[in-house]
Amino acid sequence: MSQHFFDQFLFVALPYVCLFTFFLMTIYRYRAQSFSYSSLSSQFLENKHHFWAVVPFHYGILIVTAGHFLAFLIPRQLLAWNSVPWRLFVLEISALAFGILTIIGLAGVIVRRMSSSKVRMVTTPTDWILFLMLLVQTVSGVSIALFYPWGSSWFATNMTPYLWSILKLSPDVSFVAAMPWLIKLHVVLAFLTIGFFPFTRLVHVLVIPNPYLWRKPQVVRWYGRK
Amino acid sequence: MNIRSQVSMVFHLDKCIGCHTCSVACKNVWTDRKGADYMWWNNVETKPGTGYPTKWEDQEQYRGGWEKNGDEPIHIKSTGKARVVPNIFHNPHMPSMDDYYEPWTYDYQNLFNAEEGSDQPIAKPISMITGEDIEIEAGPNWDDDLGGSKIYAANDPNLKGLSEQQRLQLSSVERLVLFYLPRICNHCLNPCCVASCPSGALYKRGEDGIVLIDQKKCRAWRSCVAACPYKKTYFNWFTGKSEKCILCFPRLETGQAPACFHSCVGRIRYLGVLLYDADRLEDVANLPDEELVNGHRSLILDPHDPEVVRKAQSAGIPDGVIESAQQSPVYKFVMDWKIALPPHIEYRTLPMLFYVPPMSPVIADFENGLASHKMQGLFHGIDESRMPMQYFANLFGGGHEGVVRYAMGKQLAVRWHRRAETVGDVDRATADKFLREADCSLEEAEAIYKLTSLCTFEDRFVIPPMYREQAIEMIKEPGEHKAETGFGFVGGPQRGL
Repeated sequence: MSQHFFDQFLFVALPYVCLFTFFLMTIYRYRAQSFSYSSLSSQFLENKHHFWAVVPFHYGILIVTAGHFLAFLIPRQLLAWNSVPWRLFVLEISALAFGILTIIGLAGVIVRRMSSSKVRMVTTPTDWILFLMLLVQTVSGVSIALFYPWGSSWFATNMTPYLWSILKLSPDVSFVAAMPWLIKLHVVLAFLTIGFFPFTRLVHVLVIPNPYLWRKPQVVRWYGRK
Repeated sequence: MNIRSQVSMVFHLDKCIGCHTCSVACKNVWTDRKGADYMWWNNVETKPGTGYPTKWEDQEQYRGGWEKNGDEPIHIKSTGKARVVPNIFHNPHMPSMDDYYEPWTYDYQNLFNAEEGSDQPIAKPISMITGEDIEIEAGPNWDDDLGGSKIYAANDPNLKGLSEQQRLQLSSVERLVLFYLPRICNHCLNPCCVASCPSGALYKRGEDGIVLIDQKKCRAWRSCVAACPYKKTYFNWFTGKSEKCILCFPRLETGQAPACFHSCVGRIRYLGVLLYDADRLEDVANLPDEELVNGHRSLILDPHDPEVVRKAQSAGIPDGVIESAQQSPVYKFVMDWKIALPPHIEYRTLPMLFYVPPMSPVIADFENGLASHKMQGLFHGIDESRMPMQYFANLFGGGHEGVVRYAMGKQLAVRWHRRAETVGDVDRATADKFLREADCSLEEAEAIYKLTSLCTFEDRFVIPPMYREQAIEMIKEPGEHKAETGFGFVGGPQRGL
């Protein structure tokens, strides 16, 4: 009974609270404090180790996150791809590689922020909490890939239905309740990160400058004209 | 033809005494927040020298400005469209604080709080970033007056193309020479910072051409800092926003000259409107190096030409601005007299700040312990000038001497003319010969002399009416508008979480 209650709390209540916070606060912050939307780059203060930490971290985490989204959006196609063993191996190995790249990059980011006294000055308590969350999240993710292999397939069959059930407002925890504790930790931390998102520097992900590639090089603003 | 107006500037280097009053005025008005301490929207450099940030003119290192390869259209040298995606996490050409300096203050409290001891207490320098003790190793005018220095002046990128003998001459003790180069944002016609901004935060104001950074849209991708070849956009390390010179537009809008112009002790600064043809910008920015200075001039339209006036009116430029353009001192220096030149036109940003190149001091040689003039006549010719023409050409002529030679020759002719008029130890015929050779009429020489030496406040600053009744803040929340125009913030410049 208490286990059931626990699952309901972690995989139904918590996700909804986190998702609600995410949408409400992200929009509110953009409207009320758009000045605070910034990547808050510290490259200016420390440029020697910046490349070796920030670049692997960003490429790693973007590709790994994109992989999760693919399994969420197109599970059937993913399973079809995985039906041939060598294709499964290629996918799993590259996913693992980018996961490890993320950990290496994140470790670099953390060490750089701790070792450079200038960068430490522009690192807030929020940043440290976020780094800790991301570190636990990436380490647990890579551990899952190692100890519970073929995640690209079981994510598509087990996690995707759960995530869709949350989005469709008819939560069904049966899939996720049967998971090992490591995977449960990863899921809970993922929702916590989403809920924490609007209070952190992560918001810069949402202001990726996509129009730049299509706009004219020069920008002119007039008083009354467009 | 697409006529626009631009508030433009002339700095008369022959009058600059290197007092840094402009820099101090600017800092006093605009530096009121953390992270802006190291920014010098206005700075004064000693030339030959390495400038601020160190060696900013070395585009092999900084990769600022536009690049032209053969017949291809120009592209941004650092991160253009093609390279912005892979470089967004780490900008490969971003200067770091080490290229500028670490701002510092002094531990003044120690003077009051120190334990009683046998020595006087001192105020140790402390970093304004970390608060830790700091060894001061660089500053915004670190090589001030160090012309001739092997460590600083010898590293000036403008020395390119100078012969070994000319370089030696610049640093030899008795012939050592230097001049000052005050710099602000050039408010370019083809600004590389604007073109490089992935967020579209940088923009040029349509009415007066002032280049600004929208503080609400800037996301700290840092492209503008790398792209500006003059290094006049600065990254605020605390708020995570880029900032730059705003040409004191709140002062301009109330009819006052910008702080650095207003405070200039040597009265070297002139401000006025130029009308230009925006349709031809792209063609001119793509011209070969040697045609750039004249191409840049060809963009600027004659405000006295009735045809230009008619087209300007139909383009929506108010009569007050056109009138202001007709009285512009900048038009006289740049177009009528052609003695003011754009800095480093080869960066192809088409800067709208022009410099009158400085005349070097009169050359004297030491013989038997006595200084003596070697050349014939009173003033030496421009080729005997201590500062080689090639140096000025690198700075103001895109590497080509022709336009610089013309500007220097005319200034020299004005000197001869005034000497004949006032002192009289030069006969009129000699003065006239110099004027003729320099393509300068008597009236022109008088006008140059008057606007150079006897210029009043009103002569130097012809500020156009800014038509604030049409301004956007009338229909918008003023605090919000301030943030969009690069100064002031809604609720203080708070760093994001």
